Amino acid sequence: MSKLLQVKNVSKSFGNHVALNNVSLSIEKGKIFGLLGPNGAGKTTLIRIINQITIPDSGTVLLDGEKLQSHHIQNIGYLPEERGLYKSMKVGEQALYLAQLKGLSKTEAKKRLKIWFERLEIGDWWDKKIQELSKGMAQKIQFVVTVLHEPKLLIFDEPFSGFDPINANLIKDQILKLREDGATVIFSTHRMESVEELCDDIALIHKSNKLIDGNLLDIKRQFKSGIYQVGLIPDSTSVEVEIVSKFKSAPAFFKSINNELKLNINLEAHQNPNDLLMYLTTKGQVTNFVEVIPTANDIFIQTVNNNN
Amino acid sequence: MNHLPLIIKREYITKVRNKSFIIMTFLSPLLFITLISVVSYLSQLNNDKSRTISVLDQSGLFKETFQNTDEIKFNVLQNKTLQESKDISEASEDYGLLFIDNFSKEETDNVNVQFFSEESASIGVISDLERIVEKRLTHLNLQEKGIDRQQIEDATAKITIAQENFKGVKSSEIDGWLKLIFGGAAGYLLFMFIIIYGNMIMRSVIEEKTSRIIEVIISSVKPIQLMLGKIIGTSLAGITQFVIWLILGGVLMTIVSFIFNIDMSQTQTPQQELINQAIQNPDVNIQAQQVWSAFSNMPITNLIIAFVLFFICGYLLYSSIYAAIGAAVDNETDTQQFMLPVLIPLILGVYIGFFTVIENPHGTVSTIFSFIPFTSPVVMLMRIPFGVPIWQQLLSLFILIGTFVVTVWFAAKIYRVGILMYGKKPSYKELIKWIKY
Repeated sequence: MSKLLQVKNVSKSFGNHVALNNVSLSIEKGKIFGLLGPNGAGKTTLIRIINQITIPDSGTVLLDGEKLQSHHIQNIGYLPEERGLYKSMKVGEQALYLAQLKGLSKTEAKKRLKIWFERLEIGDWWDKKIQELSKGMAQKIQFVVTVLHEPKLLIFDEPFSGFDPINANLIKDQILKLREDGATVIFSTHRMESVEELCDDIALIHKSNKLIDGNLLDIKRQFKSGIYQVGLIPDSTSVEVEIVSKFKSAPAFFKSINNELKLNINLEAHQNPNDLLMYLTTKGQVTNFVEVIPTANDIFIQTVNNNN
Repeated sequence: MNHLPLIIKREYITKVRNKSFIIMTFLSPLLFITLISVVSYLSQLNNDKSRTISVLDQSGLFKETFQNTDEIKFNVLQNKTLQESKDISEASEDYGLLFIDNFSKEETDNVNVQFFSEESASIGVISDLERIVEKRLTHLNLQEKGIDRQQIEDATAKITIAQENFKGVKSSEIDGWLKLIFGGAAGYLLFMFIIIYGNMIMRSVIEEKTSRIIEVIISSVKPIQLMLGKIIGTSLAGITQFVIWLILGGVLMTIVSFIFNIDMSQTQTPQQELINQAIQNPDVNIQAQQVWSAFSNMPITNLIIAFVLFFICGYLLYSSIYAAIGAAVDNETDTQQFMLPVLIPLILGVYIGFFTVIENPHGTVSTIFSFIPFTSPVVMLMRIPFGVPIWQQLLSLFILIGTFVVTVWFAAKIYRVGILMYGKKPSYKELIKWIKY
């Protein structure tokens, strides 16, 4: 698979503060890439470098194999975290202006805007003033303006903040649709459930360094610890003591309809899950048997804590 | 890609369509004219009230002297004591009582003249009275010495010194005044323009920051393009407003003075009065000729070209600083600390212009300040009507343009970093650090 964006050894400091320290990343075409990291990690600086807002001290950024140049602006759509609109302008003319800045002709911009406004059910907002819109409504306009010029690379910084669940879902579906149409998406967020749901690949930046990157599933495999979540309606009361003595286990908490025994069992290297399951069936009725896969959230917290 | 026209267009249109801008554009001349009309009307009203002044002349030498005028009515009392006169004057609610003590014709330089009134009298009235009495006394002196007044008047000489420079260009006293008016108006116009529209640029930069749209824009446009677009767009809106003001002001002025028959020239600054005095020569025909020749004596072409160039460069220089200030702060209240250093050279320019250029347009101080870039637009514009060598103008313009380029570069740096900084009020130290980013 070819790389759309390659960030090579990029460093940037502001005075004494190092914002990015020798960060390298590569993002494949047609993927949704999650850029994660705590506040102040350097994500926004990296995104601004990709958008040519900030110039890196050293290192290069390649888009489609070409070194970033000013004409690449047309190939990138950026929805910043700090986003707003001109308060005194009308929705339509504002969207037209922003689209024209991205290189669309006025007529083309108008045509596409009509389509997008219909798609997001905001067709009748054209002549409204931004002041009259709610925050969520304004976010929709910003989203449209970001994707309107059909860029190869879309960068969303916290795209769902300010949306109610219905609209968040609407936007999420649009992002997935854009990927199907061939766009590559960089997605920066703190909301791990949306990372889980959307991202193919991730990178984690912490204190201006990249700590991990790669395919989300691969990373999860690296982080899996052999824990199985077990629910069992035991045949006798001695079962619990027996299991605890045989396996490294801890109480588990999950929702169920029975009053069963709930355990997280941590298998060691020589133990295997089939044997465990087989053993459990002899001790009662198994209601639950799931491998505990680390969530993006777990990976995030674990990695950041290990590096503090 | 060049987005500059697009940005300029947006800035211009949003500025011009802005409600408060429209209201200001059409209301300001109206308010201004109303204010002037009211002031001049009131001052007329103030003067219209004719005053009655009682006169007690115990010498008997002033019988024919006090003639009623539009403003003052004289009530000459006879065969009264001073106390009686005072009572009469007070009872009839006169403006006051002028008392001239008895004196002999030989001792006119020691006459006891007094003015009694309820409230202290206006300076104008007192000096009018003084003039009347002085004139009469002089007259008496002349008579005493056997000199005929007519002889004196015949013998009084009046001359006007004809001025001409070594190249043979004639000029006159009026030239000086006319040049001063032209230069002063040009310099002052620039000053006003910078203050009004520089602030407007600053506010529009702050607005982009507070509405958080800046990062969206800046991902499509280079900051310097955005900054220049803003400056040019706002300036065009400013010029539009100025032109409307001039036209509307002129029309309203004519209408108002026509309808209400108010003489606008009644409200005059002392300077205008000086000019008027200079122009008040008896011979009106010569007068008109002189004004015309003064006009044609001025380096008109040079004046226009220099005005355009210095105006544009000076304005751009200051407005880029205003834009940088706007980018550095989050809200308007934080701009104070940066405004003073901008205003000082500007105000200095205007004061230097008005005080030293009048005194000596080619003196050391005015020459030096017409080269210093931050004061040169104002001072040079004031000097040029008096004839400044082309090389001086070019040098000054060259320095100005050089400074402008450097300032824009610095301003763009501060702008580029500042527009993405939120939440803190930067110090000068930090601004310098930003330039290095």
